[in-house]
Parts: sequence; C-alpha cells; structure tokens
Amino acid sequence: MEFAENIFVSLKQGILKVLANFLPDWMVVLAAILISITAIAIFGPVTMMYLTWLERKVVGRIQNRFGPNRVGIFGLLQPIADGIKMLTKEDIVPESADRVTHFLAPVIVVMPALLVFSVLPFGRGMTAVNLNVGLLFFLAVSTLSTFAIFMGSWGSRNKFSVLGGMRAVAQMVSYEVPMVLSVVPVILAAGTLSTVEIVEAQAGGKWFLFTPWGFFACLIFFLCGVAEVNRTPFDIAEGESEIIAGFHTEYSGMKFALFYMAEFMGAFAVSGLTVTLFLGGWQGPWLPSWLWFLLKTYLFVLVMIWFRGTFPRLRVDQLMGFAWKVLLPFALLNVFVAALWTLLPAPKNHLVALAAEIAAVFLIWFFSRKDAPQKRTYTYAT
Amino acid sequence: MEPLYLVARAGLYLASLVTLAAAVMVVTLRNIFHCALALALVLLGVAVTYVSLKAEFLAVIQILLYVGAILTLMIYAIMLTHRIGSQVVPQTNRQSLISFALLGLFNVFFTAAVLKTDWKLNPSGGNLNVDARALGNFFMGEYVFPFEIISVVLIVALVGAVILGRSDE
Repeated sequence: MEFAENIFVSLKQGILKVLANFLPDWMVVLAAILISITAIAIFGPVTMMYLTWLERKVVGRIQNRFGPNRVGIFGLLQPIADGIKMLTKEDIVPESADRVTHFLAPVIVVMPALLVFSVLPFGRGMTAVNLNVGLLFFLAVSTLSTFAIFMGSWGSRNKFSVLGGMRAVAQMVSYEVPMVLSVVPVILAAGTLSTVEIVEAQAGGKWFLFTPWGFFACLIFFLCGVAEVNRTPFDIAEGESEIIAGFHTEYSGMKFALFYMAEFMGAFAVSGLTVTLFLGGWQGPWLPSWLWFLLKTYLFVLVMIWFRGTFPRLRVDQLMGFAWKVLLPFALLNVFVAALWTLLPAPKNHLVALAAEIAAVFLIWFFSRKDAPQKRTYTYAT
Repeated sequence: MEPLYLVARAGLYLASLVTLAAAVMVVTLRNIFHCALALALVLLGVAVTYVSLKAEFLAVIQILLYVGAILTLMIYAIMLTHRIGSQVVPQTNRQSLISFALLGLFNVFFTAAVLKTDWKLNPSGGNLNVDARALGNFFMGEYVFPFEIISVVLIVALVGAVILGRSDE
C-alpha cells in the first residue's frame, strides 16, 4: 500500500540517488527537473493516444457498434497503427500558404497543452512545479493555444480556415471570462492560488463540489472547459457540416495529428483541473493518491465523450449568448454567494448559500427567458 | 550550485535576446499579422523577465491579460479587416532617418539616467515578497481608493461599449 502510494516519487528519488554518486550537485538538480519534464512529455502523448481509442470505443458503444477491434485485443494497438500512418503520410502545404506561420502553428499548439500539466497535482507530492500561482498559470497558459489556432487558420489562406479560426477565437475569448470567474469562489474558500494547497484545503472529504456554490462553479467551469478545448457541443470552430474542418482544414499527416493531440491533452488537463478544484484532487481512501486522481479525471473525460455522443452542435449565436447571458452573470452571482458562505458560521451558511443559489438560478432564468432560443415545431406538408 | 546559477543566467540572457529581437521584428516586419505575432513573443519575453525577478503573479497576469486577451482582440481585428491582414506594407518612410537620430539621442539620455540612478537592491533588507496575497492586501488596504476608481472607470467603459455595440432596435 505504502509502496504503491509512493511508487513514482521513490522511482524519481532512486534515479537521483544513483546519479548523485557520479554527478556533481548542480547536475543532479538539472536531472531532477529533466525527469519531471520527461515524465510529462511521455505521459501527455500516451494519454492522448489512448484517449482517442477510448473515445472511439465509447462513442461506438453509444452508437451501438463495437469501435476499433481489429488491431490487437480490443483494438488496443489501434492508436499505434494510427500514429505510424500519420507519420508516414504525405505532408501537404497549400501553394499560397504563409509557410512559416503554417509550419509553426501545430508546433506551438502542443506547447501550452503540455505546459499546463506541470501544475496539475497528479498525487501526493507529484506536482512537477508547485507554483504559488499555479491555478492562474494554468488559465493563462491555456489561452496561448488561441495563437496557434490563429496562426494555423491565417497561414492556410483558406476561407474555411479563417472562418474556423475566427469562430474559435471568439468562442475562447468569451468562455475565458466565466471560466476565470468560476474559480474565484475556490480561491476565496481555499485562500490560495496554488493547486497543491487547493487540494490540501479539501482534505477529509470536504470537497468543494459538496458546497452549494461549489456545485454550480464546477458546472460552469467544466462547461467552459469543454468550450475552451473546442469539443462537442461547442465545436463550431471545426464544424464539419459547415466549414469542412475549420482551422485545420489544410493540415495533413503529423501536423494534423499535433492539433488533434493538443485537443485531447487539453481535454484531459481541463478534466484534471476540474477534479483538482472541486473534487478534492488526489484525496480519497484506500487507493493510492495518483490512482484516485486518474479515476476522477477519467470520469470527467468520459462525461466529455458522452457529450460528444449525445449533443448536437450549438449554433454560433446560441453559443455566444450562452456564455455572455447565462454563464457570466451566474458566475458573478456565484462569487457573491461564496463570499456569503465564507462569512457566515458553519451550519447556517449552507442553507443561506443554497437559497441564494436557487434565487440566482431563478433570476437568470427570469431575465434571459426572452433571449432563450425558441423551440421550433415543424409540421409535415400534407 | 554555481554552475546552475550560470545556466539560469544564460537562459535569462537568451530570453532577453529573443525579446529584443522580437521587438525589432514588431517594427520592421512588413506584414501586420506577423508583427502581431512578434508582439506576442515580446510580451511573453517580458513575462519571463518578471519570473526571473520572482514576481510570478505579475508574469502570469501579463500572459493572461496582455497575451491572452488584448493581443487576441488585436489579431481578431486584423483578421476581420482582411485588406490589411494579407497585405505587405513597408514600415519605413522618408522620415525614418530623422526619427532614428532623435531616438538615438533619447536613448543616450535614457541610458545615462539608468546608469546614474542608485539602484537599491532590496531596500527592506529582508525578503521582498510580492506574491498575490500581499498585492491583494495592498489593493484592499492602502490603495483601496485608486483601485475602486479604476474599477469604476472600467465599469463605465464596459457599459459604454455595450451601449455602442447594441443593435438599433
């Protein structure tokens, strides 16, 4: 039990102990950094490979079919076969493309997706960098992927790409606002910006999900997170039925795979951060901490896949209206409720906060019912 | 630990070099979209400088606001006005020589001022802590009045933007 809990930490310590025998002190420090970087650089892409497999399997089941099952048992080697196919595919660059921008976009899109893993607490003492502004670091760095999408869409010189890029950016800028506001209550309650300390503040089953404000904040944050990584039902940026493939229309081979990789790693990272902020991170009984983190994160990943299997794509105006007219006021009211919750004494605050949340839901419904999309009924021609 | 210090120093100088090169690119590249991307690199380089000065909060806010929000809006505007987005515009004109000379003069004075100033390192003697908590305490305590004024100005700007952007109905 103790062994399983510390397996990764002791592995790193063991390697460092061996290295310390024949390397000077400063190189051991560098090695410690390099080990963390290598672990993340392997973990990210491997997670992405098997997320594609998981998604194809689960969506297959939702659509009453098997999904990949030809390569390896349960199709487990499918991601590797796909990887080989992607690497050996011809790389096509449009003749009028802006070559530098077109080339750099898929390279840059992966960087923020990998960087955000550095502040995720994967388990007890398993955070690559315990930054005292870790949460803000995550939010700030994840906005950088916007630039890669811009570069890819503009560099392709294709009107569908440009349309997709503009949609992606309008969406990301809009959903950024409620996303940042929805984590403010967590910062308020935990009193820190460090992801490690936020997890520690939820020790003993006091997950923020179980507070009235935490439940709604979690909902807002997760929805905004799904929008941030451009997944269904917020995938208007690559809506196949409207604009071919959006910003990655002109990409093929490994460059396309890198965009795909960034999307899946982003989905995993957003799920991981939701778990860190609201579900107590790696806290949990019996099992090792890192296993708890992965279990909870995969729960959210499965919810994302479930979304993909069930929801139709939103229309552009509905999507923007949802961010600005529903999520933003709700997130603001949520900050207020959380402040009330922290001010009042223990048993009373839950009731007051719950009442305030219900009032907030009612208020937002009341004021936005005019703008809510009308249900259309179509009658067959007789 | 001495070599590690040197490695960190070399990294910092490299980052500064990249920042300066990108800054030159902002004013010399002929395509406005490329200029905007170079500006993103400059802002990221400044964030690196903040990190090296142990002001992580400032660095992260720099990325979140300047790179993530303001620059994104700028690029968005460039893409919307497609006439300048894909056109090659020279960034120099006949007055560039004169302005270069004036700038050089300014630079001489500026460098002299920087060199003559007596930079006190860590005047408090202790560890100067500029983390988010300290900043928050300052905003809610000593500097609450300017903070509130800025908030009001921003709210006014926000309401004004909403009124300007409203469709005429």
